[in-house]
Amino acid sequence: MTSYLVSRKKLGLVIDLDTCVGCHACAVNCKEWNTGGHSAPLPDHNPYAAHTSGVWFNRIHTFEAGEGESSRTVHFPKSCLHCEQPACVEVCPTGASYKREEDGIVLVNADTCIGCKLCSWACPYGAREFDDDAGVMKKCTLCIDRIYNENLAEAERIPACVATCPAQARHFGDLADPASEVSMLVAARGGYDLMPELGYKPVNKYLPPRAGRGGGSAAAPPPLPAAENGVHPVLRWLDRVLSR
Amino acid sequence: MHPALSVIVFTTASGAGYGLLALLGLLSSASWLPADRWLGVSAIAIALTLITGGLLASTAHLGRPERAWRAFSQWRSSWLSREGVMSLLSYVPALAFAGLWFAGSGGAAVAVAGLATTLLAIATVYCTAMIYASLKPIHQWHNAWVPAGYLALSLMSGAVWLNALLLTWGAQRPAIAVLAAAAIVLAWWVKLRAWRYVDTTRSPSTPESATGLGSRGKVRLFEAPHTEDNYLLQEMGYRIARKHAAKLRRIAVALAFVAPLVLTVLTLAVDGAAAFVAAALAVPLVMIGLLVERWLFFAEAKHTVTLYYGAETV
Repeated sequence: MTSYLVSRKKLGLVIDLDTCVGCHACAVNCKEWNTGGHSAPLPDHNPYAAHTSGVWFNRIHTFEAGEGESSRTVHFPKSCLHCEQPACVEVCPTGASYKREEDGIVLVNADTCIGCKLCSWACPYGAREFDDDAGVMKKCTLCIDRIYNENLAEAERIPACVATCPAQARHFGDLADPASEVSMLVAARGGYDLMPELGYKPVNKYLPPRAGRGGGSAAAPPPLPAAENGVHPVLRWLDRVLSR
Repeated sequence: MHPALSVIVFTTASGAGYGLLALLGLLSSASWLPADRWLGVSAIAIALTLITGGLLASTAHLGRPERAWRAFSQWRSSWLSREGVMSLLSYVPALAFAGLWFAGSGGAAVAVAGLATTLLAIATVYCTAMIYASLKPIHQWHNAWVPAGYLALSLMSGAVWLNALLLTWGAQRPAIAVLAAAAIVLAWWVKLRAWRYVDTTRSPSTPESATGLGSRGKVRLFEAPHTEDNYLLQEMGYRIARKHAAKLRRIAVALAFVAPLVLTVLTLAVDGAAAFVAAALAVPLVMIGLLVERWLFFAEAKHTVTLYYGAETV
């Protein structure tokens, strides 16, 4: 089905940009899991030489947000956002790109994909990469081969990237369910969409960095009062506390 | 966007072929063309050769070309699928048109086949253009100048081919040369407006909207996710310097518009062998000019994914 549908669940990820430390463990675990499973193998060209390249589903960018003292280094993992209105599904001429009705996961059927790459042009986020060995497009599967896999212990039936994050910056769940952990996180922290102006309605949400102590705030700390100031020290302290 | 040679050749060749087919269908039904059946069948054959060659070239772009037949199934939702379906369908009236014209059958049957060919040829070019125009992440493509440009350039290149074919056959029609000149001027205007749109407008997407971190101020890439190339950068990271693009635009204008216009007007002014040479020369010039224009169409297109790799605007 390559026209838009409303799925029953909206399974997706919530990425916490406040706690992500940019270790890339999620990207490595994703690569390892998918090189062995459903999307196997993932190409790695010239892995030990110059000009290496390969297919990864999850990539970690690092941005500097703001300027000067109030700027913040934000590590930014990016993988398929399993959009509600995925143009990658609409443009696919063969129907190989599809969105599942039961849980909203967007997948590529590698048996019918012709490798025209139009889906990757339609995705504004760069979620899809071309496997030039297999001649087909590949992308994050939301670890569909883990989350329903009865051969794994129940606690392990979460995407590989979520399982491995040492900073608990990745969360998995049903964003259509307002009582789910992920939905509550999004509501509490003001989770947002990427490029909302394009109207793809991504399901994955990003939690913004918290306004932190000093570094996150735009206001400079109040200047220390001059030593010659005749005001009583307790009153000067009170002044500082009330000015913060 | 990476300019893929197979797609550039496909859209240029098939654009000319469909333009030629559309004009043959329309003009013969209006009795603007000679009734000569060998002229008719040769002209349609040349058009179909351009189209078929183009379509086959486009399969070189696929990762799994042996599965290309699957691309006809999603015409309800995909412009690429619709283009495939329309391109196949357009062979039906085109071959009927050729057969009826060759058989010398009566006006009504040929006219109907001709008009059906015209409609399907135009529809196919429109579907091709919409493949690009429907893509929101590419601001330079996501506007009405793209289908206008594809249709106008298809008409123009088809008209230049038609004028050359008529002169080759010794069957010059001044009205066709005037039509070709007008088509060139129209396509030139459309292309200039399309380039103006590219030069003066920007996508609403920015590094701030791409990351959602704009509340803190300007967002810039601090470290890329990988030190080496990947598919995204190879396919979507292509950049051309503005001064190189400007030079190529001038070359495209000279080869695709100025030279063919001068030569087409010349075919009205001179006779015999000189007119034939002018008309024939216009064909390779317009095709090379269109290859340059199409190359630029890809090279000047910027994809929003580059916002994640350090681009400040797209």
